Parts: sequence; C-alpha cells; structure tokens
Amino acid sequence: MKDPYETLGVNRSATDKEIKDAFKKLARKFHPDLHPNDKEAEGKFKDISAAKDFLDDKEKRRRFDAGEIDASGAERSQERFYRDFADGPAYASHATQDGFANNEELEEFLSRAFASGGRRSQGTFRARGQDVSYVLPVDFLDVANGAVRTITLPEGKTLQVTIPEGAEDRQTLRLKEQGMPGFGGGPAGDAYVELHVEPHRFFNRKDDNIHVEVPVTLKEAVLGARIEVPTIGGPVTVTVPKESNTGTTLRLRDRGIRNRKSGQRGHQMINLKVILPAAEEPELVAFLEKWQPKTQQDPRKEMLP
Amino acid sequence: MMRVDDLVEAISALQRSDLEAWIRDELVTPRQEAGTLLFTDMERARVRLICTLHYELEIDAETLPVVLSLVDQLYDTRQRLLSLTAAVAAQDHAVQAAIIAAMKRNAGASEADKL
Repeated sequence: MKDPYETLGVNRSATDKEIKDAFKKLARKFHPDLHPNDKEAEGKFKDISAAKDFLDDKEKRRRFDAGEIDASGAERSQERFYRDFADGPAYASHATQDGFANNEELEEFLSRAFASGGRRSQGTFRARGQDVSYVLPVDFLDVANGAVRTITLPEGKTLQVTIPEGAEDRQTLRLKEQGMPGFGGGPAGDAYVELHVEPHRFFNRKDDNIHVEVPVTLKEAVLGARIEVPTIGGPVTVTVPKESNTGTTLRLRDRGIRNRKSGQRGHQMINLKVILPAAEEPELVAFLEKWQPKTQQDPRKEMLP
Repeated sequence: MMRVDDLVEAISALQRSDLEAWIRDELVTPRQEAGTLLFTDMERARVRLICTLHYELEIDAETLPVVLSLVDQLYDTRQRLLSLTAAVAAQDHAVQAAIIAAMKRNAGASEADKL
C-alpha cells in the first residue's frame, strides 16, 4: 500500500473530518458499483478504502506517523463487489444466457459500435478536438537547409514535421488536425510545434547571413592561400588574399540562408583569425630576433594616454 | 449462506436495525428458510454496497432506494447489453460489421436531427 495520506490527498495533520471528506469525494468517483464501465475503478477504490481504514485506526495512524510501521499489512480482506455479481451469470433478475459474454467482450463491442470515442451520452455534443503544442529541438543545419523530422508523442503517436528551409528560432509550425481527436465527429485539433534551434559549433546566423570565424596560419595570412572553409552547404574553396589579418572579412556570395520570402540567399561572412604555430619554430624565432621592421608599429597607441 | 448475525459480525459498520429496515423495504431480499433469513454471497456484496452508500457516502435512508433503483436499472441494462453482445459475437464477421455500421448510422442520424 502506498502512503495513505498521499492516496487520499490529505495532509499529515488532517483531521478525522478532513480524511472522511476526502474519502467521500474519492469514493463517489471510484466506487466500482457506481462506475461499472470503469475498469480501473476497483483498484483505485480498494486503495482509498485501505488508506481510510488505516487512518481511521488511531493507533495505526500514530505509529505510522511516528515511523514505527509502514503502510503495508493494512490491505483489506478480499471482498467481492456487487458489480462482480451483477455483471455475472448469477445476476438474479435475469436468467443465465447461453454464450455469456464477459465484460471485456462488452467493452470491446461498445467501443467498436461507438467508435468515434468521447461521445457524450446524448450524442448531440460535437466539438473540435483540443489543440496541442510541442517543443521540437532542431539542429542548426536542419533549419539552414530544411529537413523532415519525425517526433514521437508521449502516447506513442508519431508526427512528421517538415522544417522549412530558413526557419527561425522559436518559429511555430502549425500541423493541421494533428492535435487531439474531435468529439462526436468534430475535426481534430491542430498541433503547434515550436522550433528551438540548437546553436552550431561555429556557424552563427544573423538574419540571412552566416558568420563564421576561420583560423588561418601566419604563413597563409602573410603570403595568401587557397583554403577550404565550411559552409552550410558543404566545404568551399576560397582565396585568402596576401597580407590578410585577424579581423579581415571575406564574403562568400549567396552561401547564406535562403530568404523565405524573396528566395534570395544571404551571404557567408568569413572572419579570419591569424594563429601562431602550434609547435616550436626555431627558424621563425631566429628570423624575428634579427628582423628589423621597415615601418615601426605601435598597435596600442590609441589605447594609452 | 450467511445469517443476519453473521452479516452484522462480518461488516463492522453495519447496524442490525438498519439491516432489518433494508430487508423490510426490500432493498435486499434474503431467502427465508425455516424462519431464518439466508444471504447469498451476492446479497452480502449488495449489503456491503448499501453500507458504503449509507455510512460512508452519507446517502440518507430516503434517498437510498432511489440510488439503488438506478444502480439496479444500470445493471439490468448492462446485463441486456452483455447478452446482446454475446449474440452479436456469435455471428459471422460480415453480420457483426453490418450491425456496427447500422449502429453508427443511427447514432449519426440522431445527431443530425438534433443539430
């Protein structure tokens, strides 16, 4: 048995009356004889009865509160509910029928016959199903290039989500009639999927442009080079001009994100960053030691008084 | 089979005078044998249900017959449905499908009338 206070939904300090009221409320909802269609009612009712019996017993309650005993051993003896008889072959007001169908068969048949589900008893109730919303984390590149992703909902249903090329972070997609089923033949609700774009390791998006910082070696920067750089559509070769510096920006036209409205692609902006050799370079050190720059340079001049 | 004494013993909340009143009002109908009232397991379960309704859910003595009558009607209806279901289940699949389709049409038509 679970914690009897939890089962009844009351505080540990609940008075006898509060416990009684809580039980009454739950009993009305779950008494199996009053809810013969509810298969789970019996288990729930047994739980709440056991919890109430337990807390009704002053001595047991005191010892439980004091931590002397746990909630087990308080199971009610195996009593059969009236429903067990009333739905059974021995039900007094009707003679036993041949081919007696058990409950399972009845429920199965009824659910097939009234398959639209959720129909209210009078059948006049017709309503659109509820809308549902989900959050879908998406890869940066899936958004940049467009993709189709499948999400599995908690109830096991799957939804195909087409991520449009160039979608924005926090953009919400509407999937028509993919929400909760309607009532009484009404249409299903819609599903709203909010895209949460995960940041990329090195691509940054600014509107339709992609910004990326690309490291170049000292040699490539000074002498110029043809280097391969990543773009959202795959690697592309670019020319690093002679005497490039950290902060030099190269622009790759039309390698950015396609604008949803104009169909025009943005650009990719490459921000160069010069890096020094990773390993020791004695020749470079030796050269710099005897190197006399043609022009004296004071890069911090503007920072100091 | 249980006697009145056994029942009062077995169900701690049960007051003998209440049980006697319920028998008088025919909310429970035990068999009488040589001047002794005898309860089947089903009637014992029914007495327990009445006890829950009366003592725990505090449905008062006047309302009790109304509630029980509704409960009885519900079980009668279920019993008929069970027997109908068994009869349908014994038919060919084509017949079953036709019955279900007709039920759906009926449900749809009555809905259309009301809208």
